[in-house]
Amino acid sequence: MSAVGTRTRLTVGRIGERVLREDAVPKVTGEFEYASDLSAPGMLWGDTLRSPHAHARIVAIDVSAALRVPGVHAVLTHADVPGAKLYGLEFADQPVLAIDRVRYVGEPVVVVAAEHPEQAREALAAIAVEYEPLEPVVDMERALEQEPLHPDRPTMGHGYREDTRPNVVRHMVIRHGDPAAEGDVVVTAEYELGIQDQAFLGPESGLAVPDGEGGVDVYVATQWLHVDRDQVAPCLALRPEQVRIHLAGVGGAFGGREDLSMQIHGSLLALHTARPVKMVYDRAESFTGHVHRHPARIRCEHRATREGRLTCVRMHILLDGGAYASSSTAVASNAASFAVGPYRVDNALVEATAVYTNNPPCGAMRGFGAVQTCFAAEAQMDLLATELGIDPVELRLLNALEPGDRLPTGQLVTGSLPTKEVIRRAAALPIPGAEAVPRDPLRLPGGAGNTTRGEGVRRGVGFAVGFKNICYSEGFDDFCAARVVLREDGSAVVHSAAAEVGQGVVGVLLQVARTELGTDDVALAPHTTAAVGSAGSASASRMTWMAAGAVRDACRAALEERERQGGRAVDVERVYRHPRTTPLDPETGQVTGDRAHVALAVAAMRVVVEVDVELGLTRVVWIGTAQDVGAAVNPLAVEGQIEGGIAQGLGLALMEEIVTRDGQILNASFTDYLIPTALDMPPVEIELVEVPEPDAPYGLKGVGEPPTVVSTAAIVSALRDATGRPLRRVPVRPDDICL
Amino acid sequence: MRISLTVNGEPREADLWGGESLLTVLRETLELPGSKNACEQGECGSCSVLLDGELVCSCLVLGAQAEGHEVVTVEGLALDDGLHPVQQAFVDAGAVQCGFCTPGLVVAVADLLERSPHPADDEIREALSGNLCRCTGYAKIFDAVRLAAERT
Repeated sequence: MSAVGTRTRLTVGRIGERVLREDAVPKVTGEFEYASDLSAPGMLWGDTLRSPHAHARIVAIDVSAALRVPGVHAVLTHADVPGAKLYGLEFADQPVLAIDRVRYVGEPVVVVAAEHPEQAREALAAIAVEYEPLEPVVDMERALEQEPLHPDRPTMGHGYREDTRPNVVRHMVIRHGDPAAEGDVVVTAEYELGIQDQAFLGPESGLAVPDGEGGVDVYVATQWLHVDRDQVAPCLALRPEQVRIHLAGVGGAFGGREDLSMQIHGSLLALHTARPVKMVYDRAESFTGHVHRHPARIRCEHRATREGRLTCVRMHILLDGGAYASSSTAVASNAASFAVGPYRVDNALVEATAVYTNNPPCGAMRGFGAVQTCFAAEAQMDLLATELGIDPVELRLLNALEPGDRLPTGQLVTGSLPTKEVIRRAAALPIPGAEAVPRDPLRLPGGAGNTTRGEGVRRGVGFAVGFKNICYSEGFDDFCAARVVLREDGSAVVHSAAAEVGQGVVGVLLQVARTELGTDDVALAPHTTAAVGSAGSASASRMTWMAAGAVRDACRAALEERERQGGRAVDVERVYRHPRTTPLDPETGQVTGDRAHVALAVAAMRVVVEVDVELGLTRVVWIGTAQDVGAAVNPLAVEGQIEGGIAQGLGLALMEEIVTRDGQILNASFTDYLIPTALDMPPVEIELVEVPEPDAPYGLKGVGEPPTVVSTAAIVSALRDATGRPLRRVPVRPDDICL
Repeated sequence: MRISLTVNGEPREADLWGGESLLTVLRETLELPGSKNACEQGECGSCSVLLDGELVCSCLVLGAQAEGHEVVTVEGLALDDGLHPVQQAFVDAGAVQCGFCTPGLVVAVADLLERSPHPADDEIREALSGNLCRCTGYAKIFDAVRLAAERT
């Protein structure tokens, strides 16, 4: 895509226009203040002592030597946590600081504050923790038979299916039609995915400032300000309004900032020392400082008629949630709900189990459960196409899920879901012709290594389709607040706590306000819990939908109020809610109301790869995709989301994996954990398919996740075509594709 | 120790500890936080600056090594009458999302176009392969490079 216009004026642009980002200017000059750039007079530096053991009992913690290190002002353990000792995004199962047991390598045990970061590091080195190592639970299958890591079962009693096996976080079953239904042909296989990291570039960081009255202001890179506050305050034994969370500049998120990082620790240190405290993780600490994408093992059995119609799909999904619950329950639900893919099938049995282990904790990452199952289910569709001798695109069209059909959860698809359209549009994109060898080695698989002339290069073309939900599901009472101040001169200020994590939601807020108010004179107030109600999380492809709804409603209410007030200035806050969902039945996984998911979005992708089958090296040559976006609020930003989302899916397909041994991360650096570079990304051709979503403001859909869901599956499909190998595990390794 | 160096055309002095990187000196002592700290081991390019006109990762240069040398950071690129053409192109092409990689990329692209005013696509990809971006998938960054090249 090369759609660069001439210089465009900033601070203009309404819904549907290609709008430039206002924050791009301070970002290109270096003036934009990220959380790691903050400072305050009298500031101390915080640091964290983390567990070197995946599983151990804490016998004793001796901090006396650390307290004697020059410049050290505080050395705090669990005993210094004044309020609740446990916290968590959904279930409070995680100690603020380890109490009597550590459950993963990197678990926080002690925090310190000192005048200089080096003094803080010295203090950490002076702390003596006596551990009694325990056998770590590191295999997700064996976890179901080993000693429970959380004997009190934090997720019990929350309406989930009862499952008494040890270490079950959630066991989810979707039983649809007759799961014993047969087909003329059956394809079965087992798939596996490694642990992927969000690898946002801006490390976890923040600044906690005591307010002198017992409360604290936290300036932090996060995704959900109000839920941070609601986790922080109880641990500090403070009222929610005594903890004010302010959004500092966020260097990417992708789900990895949904859970807390330094928020409670920094606040504890700040309140203890009565000084501002800054904490910045380095890259190695960042790898243990946030949750990751769940690794998975997925067994599939697809049954179909000779004509290619799916008759029954059976899938068994196991997800390693690591040491704490985080959002594992919702990831398991999503994995199960979207396991089959955007296909109509009358009979299905899908089981998803998330387990506790002593591996790094896993939680939200872009695609959220749907990435894992899309990889497996799309491989199955290719396998079925081969078995039946049907073109893979035709097979997908034949089974495509469309409005009027039912999901395996029994939910009737009522909104927009142009599955056939995205398949046809992606399949129709012309692929580039094969390039002759020898050629510039930069364009050979593996790049400029120059070890061969490309004699072993084989080309492959792949295809995949993926879908997932937009917004939160299963009865979560989701809402988003926005506040609009309309001045007498016609100008306006918008208050929102919608986290700008790089995706461009600040632009959306302004586009909506300009559109609704009919003026370009609109400014955004800083994002803070102190000035406006919750916006919910920048996740689940929900932020644009929810924030657009809230700002729209607040603008319309403000205009009406000003009319009533005879043109005087007004200040109006409104809360937007999407159509309500209800939980899935815990025994059958069937809907208990109209819907468990608010809306769906689908994307199809065609990929050309080259594989050097002598060297085991790959090159993605070209990617074409058609994505269902409802209505594009800002096509420039939508393209950016699609291109970036594809890059993360490419990473999972080809190179990204956190490698662990006995729970220890072996590659916690950008030297050893590789993410795609400018040389790894192919040109991407994008078709936006706009079928407005009836329940969404302006017909829009979130766009960030579908490209990540589908691209791993599509790239591996192409690798299979090039090599003839089954490739049932990602990331694909050189060994897997050497012939 | 105390060092003297030129930063963005101005003579500066800095007190530093021997183990500090140039990146730390720029960010923490000279109050120029534009250069970013994403990996601090020379893999991501977010801390890219020009040292005597040569593109370097400032996290891999000791602060002490900068004694007597000339450093240009992202803060020193903008012109008196507005953005540097590369900065403007990044804004106009939609090449900025979270922006954490942007300062390093802007410096790297300015360096590339200085050496090669109209680079071919492969040359762009190779030149920027030391700058990681996690948000954009690089497509709009390539657009920005081509746009900046067209305009000069």
